[in-house]
Amino acid sequence: MAEITNSLLLATDMVTAGDSRLAAIVALSLAVSFSATLISCLLGMPLGALLAVGRFPGRRVLVVIFNGLMGLPPVVVGLLVYLLLSRAGPLGQFGLLFTPTAMVIAQTVLITPIVAALTRQVIEDEWREYREQLRSLGASRTRAARTLLWNARFSLFTAALAGFGRAIAEVGAVMIVGGNIDGVTRVMTTTIALETSKGDLPLALALGVILITVVLAINAAAYALRQWAENRWG
Amino acid sequence: MSTLNIVRRSLLASCAFLLVASLHAQERFITVASTTSTEQSGLFAHLLPAFEKAAGIKVRVVALGTGQALDMARRGDADVVFVHDKAAEEKFIAEGYGVKRQEVMYNDFVVIGPKADPAKATGKDILDGLRRIEAAKAPFVSRGDKSGTHAAELRYWKAAGIDLAAKKGDWYRDTGSGMGPALNTAASMNAYILADRGTWLNFKNRGELGIVVEGDKQLFNQYGVILVNPVRHAHVKQADGQKFIDWLVTTDGQKAIADYKIGGEQLFFPNATK
Repeated sequence: MAEITNSLLLATDMVTAGDSRLAAIVALSLAVSFSATLISCLLGMPLGALLAVGRFPGRRVLVVIFNGLMGLPPVVVGLLVYLLLSRAGPLGQFGLLFTPTAMVIAQTVLITPIVAALTRQVIEDEWREYREQLRSLGASRTRAARTLLWNARFSLFTAALAGFGRAIAEVGAVMIVGGNIDGVTRVMTTTIALETSKGDLPLALALGVILITVVLAINAAAYALRQWAENRWG
Repeated sequence: MSTLNIVRRSLLASCAFLLVASLHAQERFITVASTTSTEQSGLFAHLLPAFEKAAGIKVRVVALGTGQALDMARRGDADVVFVHDKAAEEKFIAEGYGVKRQEVMYNDFVVIGPKADPAKATGKDILDGLRRIEAAKAPFVSRGDKSGTHAAELRYWKAAGIDLAAKKGDWYRDTGSGMGPALNTAASMNAYILADRGTWLNFKNRGELGIVVEGDKQLFNQYGVILVNPVRHAHVKQADGQKFIDWLVTTDGQKAIADYKIGGEQLFFPNATK
């Protein structure tokens, strides 16, 4: 128990001291995971909506596949992206391995299925409710998907947050494709893993406390933003 | 501001980030595949700023086990490897992946174990120590990750005349992890473990563990540095990589290595032959 109290104190000290290296690591974590979340929303939300309203062969199979891919192990994603981006791999010529871009790619692969699957669920419910109405207006399925996405925009916030949460918390993928290079690709989770390796458990836990606090703050901000937007345009 | 606008703005921000990230990638740097022992002992944090200042070249270190580091270089993902397993390094060169191996420094391995020493392994003789641990079936944690330390451990067991394949039992825990995580495991199990002195000195979660065997000449642990062969991988930064290697083996680099101390104790001993 003493260790946990120490870690809390240490975390407070680090934050109040305004350590610039710590700030840079937190900033990189946020930048990478925000970018990945954004890209996966742009890919996953339309995909989820089409899966919800579309009627094409293999749709059910795709639904199951995306649900299943929500459980993708980060290490496997990391390994796949590593093999793709490695100099000996098909995309090796771009030299992206061990860069923040590689980390964004890995996290995007990891969380797009989550965003897509959750979007499909939300849109499917909407579709059930508004199907007749949209049909009577003569809307095509693509048009319907777009309308429903717009209608459900506030509920889809949760899908985006779920993706973000997964992205910022994972360590397996970014460790492999980023390489945990000091000052270049070192993020919160890889720093925590490194400090654990060094046996500096209080420091590792303190960093964990900071990470959780940052994630909570972002969720609170997102919640407030959603409330505000709903009041204004809802 | 409409939701669409928010999306547009965040898209812009994210593009800007990727741009900055790629500009960042334009700085002059080399990628070095190295071992967890050099990174986790804090040596690189001490060494690299001096080189970066002298040469204007950033060094990006990816710390893995020796086996993994060499594999990463085989795939062309590093310019220089800085590792500690002579046999594996020579194989790497024989396969044509490396140009030339140069010795840089050494440190030594130590056997860490419970201070109470239930196997009575304390002493200066590594082989005798291992025989006692095996005879007592005292818990022993192995890296089991094809690292340089793991390779050394296997060599010592063999030299001690112990056939691990036959003698392995509950007492021998193959953890497949880096030096630090393996030490964490040993600390929580109160087990014996072979570790490099640097990582041990820098390791904080020691529990009831202490050094049991040290000072045997056979525990000598040589580090070598190799430039990845540009013939094999055309994109290897030959000139900058060679600069780093040259700096490591000159007086400046060698002195910087000797200067690194934890609690007054020197961790690595420069021994480049030039």
